[in-house]
Amino acid sequence: MAESLPDTLPVSPADPVLSVRNIETYYGPIMAIRGVSLDVPKGGIVTVLGANGAGKTTILKTISGVMDPQKGSVRFEGAEIQGRDPDWVARRGIAHVPEGREVFPFLTVRENLLMGAFARSDRGAVAGDLEMVYGYFPILQERSEQQAGYLSGGQQQMLVIGRALMARPRLMLLDEPSLGLSPILVKEIFGIVRRLNEEQGVTMLLVEQNANMALQAADYGYVLELGRIVMDDECSRLLESDDIKEFYLGVKKDAVRGKKRWRRKKTWR
Amino acid sequence: MELIQVLVAGIAQGCVYGLIALGFVLIYKATEQVNFAQGDIMMLGMFAAFTLIAIAGLPWWLGALAGIAITGVFGFCLDAFVLRRIIGQPQFAVIILTIAVGFVFRSAAGGVWGADPVSFDTPYGGLVVTLDENETGRTVIDAADLTIILGTLVLVGALYAFFRFTRIGVAMQASSQNQLAAYYMGIPVKYVISLIWGISAAVSCIAGILLAPKIATFDPDVGFLAITAFAAAVIGGFGSLPGAVLGGLIIGITEQLAQAYLPGEYARSIAPISGFVILLAVLLIRPDGLFAQIQRKKV
Repeated sequence: MAESLPDTLPVSPADPVLSVRNIETYYGPIMAIRGVSLDVPKGGIVTVLGANGAGKTTILKTISGVMDPQKGSVRFEGAEIQGRDPDWVARRGIAHVPEGREVFPFLTVRENLLMGAFARSDRGAVAGDLEMVYGYFPILQERSEQQAGYLSGGQQQMLVIGRALMARPRLMLLDEPSLGLSPILVKEIFGIVRRLNEEQGVTMLLVEQNANMALQAADYGYVLELGRIVMDDECSRLLESDDIKEFYLGVKKDAVRGKKRWRRKKTWR
Repeated sequence: MELIQVLVAGIAQGCVYGLIALGFVLIYKATEQVNFAQGDIMMLGMFAAFTLIAIAGLPWWLGALAGIAITGVFGFCLDAFVLRRIIGQPQFAVIILTIAVGFVFRSAAGGVWGADPVSFDTPYGGLVVTLDENETGRTVIDAADLTIILGTLVLVGALYAFFRFTRIGVAMQASSQNQLAAYYMGIPVKYVISLIWGISAAVSCIAGILLAPKIATFDPDVGFLAITAFAAAVIGGFGSLPGAVLGGLIIGITEQLAQAYLPGEYARSIAPISGFVILLAVLLIRPDGLFAQIQRKKV
């Protein structure tokens, strides 16, 4: 197709690895994503914040091909990937780390990790990457011959991140890595996410309810409400925003009170 | 000596049930579909071998191998072109579809090969191993029984190695344990599932080819054997590969023992249903089956 819709957002100076334009995704008759656009620059960490049911996970599923958007486009490294099967998208270089620690429970930790490299053909490099993953998560090496179902929640979260890493992805989609973990583990996981970004150069799109951790780890943030982006900015600036402080960080200031805000239609009260 | 003879026959019969049960369980584990056409796929495999060996005149081993390969490809295509189209429909639709497909196969086989019993020659057909010989008679073991047992051992070992040590085998396990996560790893899950259907069909065909000399002749209704094999799979826990073989062995041995040692008229009536009696007992005592893998499904 020669003609394409004009981009509604200004194209960022650095060509984004991932650019999502005006996607609309439905669960049956219910529109879960109402025209979302976002960009992920190469080497960056971008976060999408939002409450339960805002549509964060649906955005990731639309990108990775589990759900197909009815409208809009998803471009990865310049090529349109919307409507493809999730395994095709994965082989293309996007690793989706789903929420809820989806391990292969009866495979060993090592087999789980090797499955992450299923689509790769460079056997030698895979062995090296296994060592690299063990370096980031030493506990996985200790447990390498155990069935993944017997790991604790935090270890399973490490395993799914490590498994995604084994694919050598050029973009990693991280869905709620903090879900159900203790504050100490959350800190550890986010520390490793940051390190993976800096040391391995993995571009990340991070979806979180834990706004504090996400804004500290990421460079750029989008705020999602009822399937729409209501705000987006550098994370440092979002951290200073009064609305973010009140509704996502739990810091309430008198000054914000009574003001007419973008957040009139709250999903929870 | 007679007991050994009965036990060997029972183990052999059980191996056949176990292999067919393996076919059920392989598909169930990967897709949570129950393939009620399993027995009819075995029947088609037997007729494929019959056509190649008895009609086309190929040597037994070549005809058997070709029959197994053809049946495997047939199973692959059955999933890729028929079953894949109803992904996402209720379980019920899959069950009805496979039952209907089974009917189609049976009547098609009747049309092509006729309803009369047929047979094909095997290099070991009619051979026996003599255990004991005295004035009252001989105690023998049928070579067909031994080949069934040997063939099952080799096949089970090969399947174990395949699922445990090959990359595609481990990917099959992964796909059946967590399909969505397998997609996220870039595993071509739809292809993997079709491949499992192919393996399942090939295993059924092997069961049928091993069984053929034991039952001497077969007709398009030979697939009803799978009903007993289904009971074997349930006894084993319907999700466990070792359980399926064990369930088959339990039923096979019980049938032969009932046949040999129950008095007169009882032997004929009870032996064929003894497997289902065990099934009921297992379901009463251990409803998940002997080897149930307890796994909480995430919603």
